[in-house]
Amino acid sequence: MLVLLFIYAFGGALIFPESYANYTDTSLRLSPPSARHPFGTDTIGRDVLARTIYGGQISLIIGLLAVSIESLVGILVGALAGYYGGFLDSLLMRITEAMLNIPEIFLLIVMAKFFGGRIPEIHLLGRVFSGSVIVIVVIIGLTSWMYLARIVRAEFLSLKENEFVLAARATGTSNFEIIFRHILPNSIAPIIVSATLGVANAILAEAYISFLGLGVQPPTATWGNMLDGANNYLESAPWLWFFPGLLILLTVLSINFLGDGLRDALDPHSRAV
Amino acid sequence: MTMLLQTIDLKTRFHIPEGTVYAVNGVSFHISEGETLAVVGESGCGKSVTMMSILRLLPAPPAEIVSGQALWGNRDLLRLSENEMEQIRGREIAMVFQDPMTSLNPVLTIGRQLTESLRVHLGMGPAEAAQRAVELLEQVGIPDAAHRLGDYPHQYSGGMRQRVMIAMALCCHPSLLIADEPTTALDVTIQAQIVELIKKLRDQLHMAIIWISHDLGVVAGLANRVMVMYAGFVVEEALVDDLYEDPRHPYTLALLAALPRVDRRRDRRLKSIPGAPPNLLVEPRGCPFAPRCEFAMERCRFEIPPLQPVQGTHAVACWVDVTTGGPR
Amino acid sequence: MGRYIIKRLLQGIPLLFFISIILFVLMMNMGDPVATMGGRRVTRASDYERLRRQLGLDKPIYTQYLYWLIGNDWTKTDVDGDGVAETPGTRRGVLRGDFGVSLVSRKPVLQVIGERLPNTLILMLASEFVIIVGSLLVGVYSALRQYSALDHIITALSFIGYSMPIFFIALLSMYIFGVLFKRWGLPYLPTVGMFDPQAGKTTAQVLWHMVLPVLSISIISFAAYSRYIRSTMLEVLGQDYIRTARAKGLPRREVVYVHALKNASLPIVTVVGLDLPLLLGGAVVTERIFAWPGMGRLFLDHVSRSDLPVVMGILMMIATAVVVFQILTDIVYAWLDPRIRYEK
Repeated sequence: MLVLLFIYAFGGALIFPESYANYTDTSLRLSPPSARHPFGTDTIGRDVLARTIYGGQISLIIGLLAVSIESLVGILVGALAGYYGGFLDSLLMRITEAMLNIPEIFLLIVMAKFFGGRIPEIHLLGRVFSGSVIVIVVIIGLTSWMYLARIVRAEFLSLKENEFVLAARATGTSNFEIIFRHILPNSIAPIIVSATLGVANAILAEAYISFLGLGVQPPTATWGNMLDGANNYLESAPWLWFFPGLLILLTVLSINFLGDGLRDALDPHSRAV
Repeated sequence: MTMLLQTIDLKTRFHIPEGTVYAVNGVSFHISEGETLAVVGESGCGKSVTMMSILRLLPAPPAEIVSGQALWGNRDLLRLSENEMEQIRGREIAMVFQDPMTSLNPVLTIGRQLTESLRVHLGMGPAEAAQRAVELLEQVGIPDAAHRLGDYPHQYSGGMRQRVMIAMALCCHPSLLIADEPTTALDVTIQAQIVELIKKLRDQLHMAIIWISHDLGVVAGLANRVMVMYAGFVVEEALVDDLYEDPRHPYTLALLAALPRVDRRRDRRLKSIPGAPPNLLVEPRGCPFAPRCEFAMERCRFEIPPLQPVQGTHAVACWVDVTTGGPR
Repeated sequence: MGRYIIKRLLQGIPLLFFISIILFVLMMNMGDPVATMGGRRVTRASDYERLRRQLGLDKPIYTQYLYWLIGNDWTKTDVDGDGVAETPGTRRGVLRGDFGVSLVSRKPVLQVIGERLPNTLILMLASEFVIIVGSLLVGVYSALRQYSALDHIITALSFIGYSMPIFFIALLSMYIFGVLFKRWGLPYLPTVGMFDPQAGKTTAQVLWHMVLPVLSISIISFAAYSRYIRSTMLEVLGQDYIRTARAKGLPRREVVYVHALKNASLPIVTVVGLDLPLLLGGAVVTERIFAWPGMGRLFLDHVSRSDLPVVMGILMMIATAVVVFQILTDIVYAWLDPRIRYEK
C-alpha cells in the first residue's frame, strides 16, 4: 500500500512532466473529472491528477525530512537528559514539558510566522522548490520531537544502569561513545516505531498548516496546500479537495499500519496509545 | 458419605494462534461431603484448568470444554446457563486463588469486596453485610477488623490478603472450597499459618476441600485422598497413606523421590525427574509420561493407559506394574 | 489528598513561566506589528519610531517580557524620543490580570478573547462529551465481544478514523450531510457559522449548527480512545481479580461495570488529560472550515496581523487550560486509585 503510494507520487512523474502540473488552461477552469483530466481541474485550470502526483512527492519528502530533524533533536535531547541527569535533565525536561503543553498546531502557526517568507526559492535537480518547503520541514521537526525525547530519555534511564554500560564505563569508554555506541543501539526499537508514526504526523502537520495557508506556498504543490480554500468549492467542485484529502488519508493510514506492525514486531511490551 | 461432585471424562482445550493446547484430557474424579482431596502435579499439568473448567471460569475463546460432565447434585455444571452458574459460584462452590497480591481488586475496599457476595447471594443489606464482614475477618484472624474494612488491598500484607481471600470464599458457607495453591506465593511461616487456618475452618464448617498443590509435602498432613495429575491426565489416585507408602505410578515414584524427607539419610541426593514435560500442543497418543519413564515399554508409546483400580480405592493409569517392573 | 492537590498546583506555576518565556521569544519574530496595525499604514518614519516606543518594542526582549509580565506602571517610558523617560506606563502586567490591548481593535485582550471563548468552550465540552461517552460505549462493547464481526468492523473503522485528517472529515461530512442531503431533499445540516442570521441565536440553532463541527473534532479522538479502551478493557478483564469476582458469583454486569471498568478507567483518564492540546488544535482547523466564531479563528486572524498581545494572550490561556486540565486529570486519577491517594 505504502509502496503503491510512493510509486504513485514518484512513478507518476515519469508520465506527467512537472510543467504539466503547473500548466494553466484557463478555458478549462474547474472542469469535473473526465477522460482527459481524471481528477478534474482546479480554479485556474491545472490538472488535479498531475498536481496530486507532484504534491505527493513534496508531502512525502517533507514527512521524511521532518522526521529526520525530529529524530535528531528528540534523540539528542532525550539522550542528554537521560544520560547525564541532574540539572541538565530537569532543564531539558521542563522545556519538553512546556512545548508539549502548547497544542502543536498553534506552535506550528507561530513558528511558520517566525520563519516565514525569508528563504528564497531553491533550485535543485532542475526543479524549483518554494523555500517554504524547507521552512515547513524545519518547523515540523522542531515542534514534534518532544514525545520522542521522552521515550529516548526513559530508555536511557533504564539502560544506563545495565551491566554492559557499567562495564563500558569501567574500561574508560568516553561518554560520547557510551551514548552512541552502547546505549542508543539498544534503544533503537521504540525509536524506529516512534519515527515511523512520526512520518504520518509530519505529513498531517504539513497538510494542516498548508491548509490554513501558512505552509508551503504555491506554485509548489503539496497535498495540503491543494486543499487550501477548497471549502469555497465544497459544493461546486468536490474533486478539488476529495482526491488530495483521500491521498493524505491513505498515506497516513498505511504509515500508521506499518508503525503498528513494527511496534508489535519490535516492542511487544508497549501498548498502543 | 454422600457424593458432592463427580467429574466424568472432562476434556478442555485452548485454541491459540500456535495451535491447540490439549490441557485436560479426560479427567474423572469425585469428592464426597467433608472430604479433602489433594490434586498434585507439576505446574502446567492441568490441575487449575480442570477446576476452572468445572467452575466455568475459563475465558472462551480461547478455552473450549470439549466433553465431559461435572455433576453437582443432580445438575451438570457444564450445561448450566451463565445465570445458574452465578448462583453456584461463591455460594455453593468457592475458590481461593494462588496469588493474593493480584487476586484482589486494587481499587475497591476490602469491605466492599467482602460484602459483595453477601449482598448478591444472601440478600443482606449494607449494615448487616458489614457486620458479617467484620465477623468473617475476625474468624480468619485479622486484628482490628472493624477498622480495616475501609482499607484497600495494598494496605494489607500478602498473608493478610490471603486471609481476606479465604474469608471472601467462606462468607456464604459453601459446601466445597477449591483452593488453588493458596500458599505458593507466601513466605514459609505464613504458609503454615494459612494451612492451619484452612484446617480449622474446614472442621468448623464441615466443608469439602479440593486442595491443588505441586507440593506433596504440604498435602500429606491435610488431605484424605490424593490425585496425581500429569499432562492433563490423572495418573494415580489413592488415599493419602496408600499413596505415600505404596506409590504405583512411575511419575508418583519420581515425585516422592524428589521430596526431602527427614526419615531418609542426609547424604542421599534428591532425585530430579529427567526430561521435560510433554508438548501440550500435540494430541496425546500414548502415555504422556512414557518419554521420561524408566519403565516405559513399547505399548506405552501408542496406547493411553486407562485409570484402573489396583487395590480398594487405589487406582493407577499405567501399563507397567512398578512393583515387578513387568507388564500388568 | 489536599496536600497532593496543592503540590500539583505549585508544580504548574513554573511550567507556565517556562511556556510564557518560550512563547515570548517566538513572538518577537512574528513580523512587525506596527506595520499592520489596524490596517492603517504608518508612513512617516518618525511616527513609526514613536509607535514602536509607545508599544515598548524598542526595548530589549527581557524588558519587554518584564513589562508584559508585571506591567510598566511603576516606571516611565521615553515616548517622544528625546532620551528622557517622561510618560508613566499604564500596563499592569499579566500577573495582575492585564494582558494588554489588541493592536488591531484597540480593545483589551481579555475582552477580545472573552467574546470568543464561550463559543470554543461549548464546542470543546460537547466534543469531550461525545468522545468519552461514545468511545466508552464502543470500546467496552468491542472488548466484551472480542473477535465478533462487529468488533472487527469497529476496529477497522477506528483505525481509519484515527488516520483521518480533520479537514478531510470536515469537508467530507459537510459535503455528505450539507450538500448531498440537500440535493436529495433530505433534512440537511448547516455548514457555516453558529446560527442562521434570520432565525437568530437560539439554543436550537446553535445546537443544530454544532453537529458537524463537533463531529469533525471528535472523530479522531473517538477512534483512538475506542481502540485504547478496548485494549485496556481486555487487559483488565484478563486480570486475576476479575477471575476472583467471577468466582464469587457476581452478576456479569457487576463484574464488567464495577470491577473491570473502574480499573480500566485509570489509564483512560490519563490519556484524556494528555490529549486536550490535540483537541484544541483540531478546533482551530474546524472553526476555520465551519466559520465558527471561536478562539481558533480569532487566533488565525490575529496571527496574520501580528497582533502580539492577543496571540500571546490566547496561547497563554490555552497553555493554562492545558496545565490546569492535566492537574485535574491527576486529581481524578488519584481519586480513583487508592494506591496513589494514600501514598503521601
